[in-house]
Amino acid sequence: MTRPPHLTACHECDLLLREIDLSAEKGTVACPRCDAELYRVGRNSLERSLALTCAALVLLVIATTFPIVGLNIQGHEIETTVFGAARQLWRDDMPGVAVLLLATTVLIPLIELCALGWLLLPLHLGYRPAGFSRVFRALQLAHPWAMVEVFILGVLVSLVKLSHLADVLPGPAIWCFGALMLVLSVLSSIVDYRELWQTWEATEA
Amino acid sequence: MRAITAAEQGFALCEVCGRLGKMAEHARCPRCNAPLHRRKPHSLERSWALLIAAYVLYLPANLLPIMETRSLFGVQRDTIMSGVAFLWNSGSWMLALIVFVASVAVPLLKLLSLTALLLAVQRRSQGEPLQHARLYRLLELVGRWSMLDVYVVAILVALVQAQSLATMAPGPGVLAFGAVVVLSMLATMAFDPRLLWDIKTNSKSEKERRERERTAPV
Ligand SMILES: [Zn+2]
Ligand SMILES: [Zn+2]
Repeated sequence: MTRPPHLTACHECDLLLREIDLSAEKGTVACPRCDAELYRVGRNSLERSLALTCAALVLLVIATTFPIVGLNIQGHEIETTVFGAARQLWRDDMPGVAVLLLATTVLIPLIELCALGWLLLPLHLGYRPAGFSRVFRALQLAHPWAMVEVFILGVLVSLVKLSHLADVLPGPAIWCFGALMLVLSVLSSIVDYRELWQTWEATEA
Repeated sequence: MRAITAAEQGFALCEVCGRLGKMAEHARCPRCNAPLHRRKPHSLERSWALLIAAYVLYLPANLLPIMETRSLFGVQRDTIMSGVAFLWNSGSWMLALIVFVASVAVPLLKLLSLTALLLAVQRRSQGEPLQHARLYRLLELVGRWSMLDVYVVAILVALVQAQSLATMAPGPGVLAFGAVVVLSMLATMAFDPRLLWDIKTNSKSEKERRERERTAPV
């Protein structure tokens, strides 16, 4: 084919490198010139990634349907979900901010997890998923815009601010978002894109 | 030892699947068929445009109120800085510090650092590319945390409504602030860190070429 055998390049400094087979070792391989992470070595992460993707999807659904925080003001209880917060922003003539909130906390994490499941499940079962490169591109583009961990910090800050006004009641969704944040961070540390493509190449069309 | 880059050898790394392919006009990746580029196309122009837009919105983001609180005592308008001051004065120093770093320090430092990187590439400054590359990696990592204040406003506005003694509504500043975060993230993504290393590679090959010309018999 058109590729020189066993050559690769660093994505951050374009240094030409010899691809080494590191099937026995574990850890990450860094670029000798710029220190960028080239690839992770932790083979057979497909199955674990798939399990975590399913767990994250369940957590995301629960986190978005249950209230995040509640307020108790003189006996009145007010609580809100992510959707409730977005609806209120929309009503207050801030559709842009409403979309930003929903996209970064619900929509994009959902797209990311669905794309990951779409790629991982068929590969795990031994066949090629449809539209592999397009779905992979979607996953790549979505990744930096999922901001669940920032949202958690935002909830904490608002809890402190509200505690001066009234009794605050942390809702079940905040624990789900917390768990989701942990699962997502583990997931992004074990998903091996290089392995994904190699498995795809090795799988019959 | 002189570092040899893929571009010099006529190869390009696929942005999608990470495979190395032979570079040619309209070349496509042999594995995933994505178009191959030696560097991100129009990286500097796109990065500058997004960065300038972020600078323009940075002022209203910090000067306009991000939240308006209506109560029996009148209307109180909060900017980003007054939100930090409120947390500080109410004794939550740790949170005040976190919000200050995420909402005030990070956005400004991010805009300034990206400007410095863009200028370094354009002026072909012979600095240490490794420092610049590390700075770029840091920018990619911290940019998202500035979204913090947008989330705080969203939650406060949803909870402090009717029934209660006060109502909170989002102010125009929060829209500008969200836009600054998104634009500066896009500007960082448009920037190609390989350009930082190209300065060195190009000036070296330039020197070598001149050296050859000088020593070659006329
Ligand atoms: Zn490198
Ligand atoms: Zn490719």
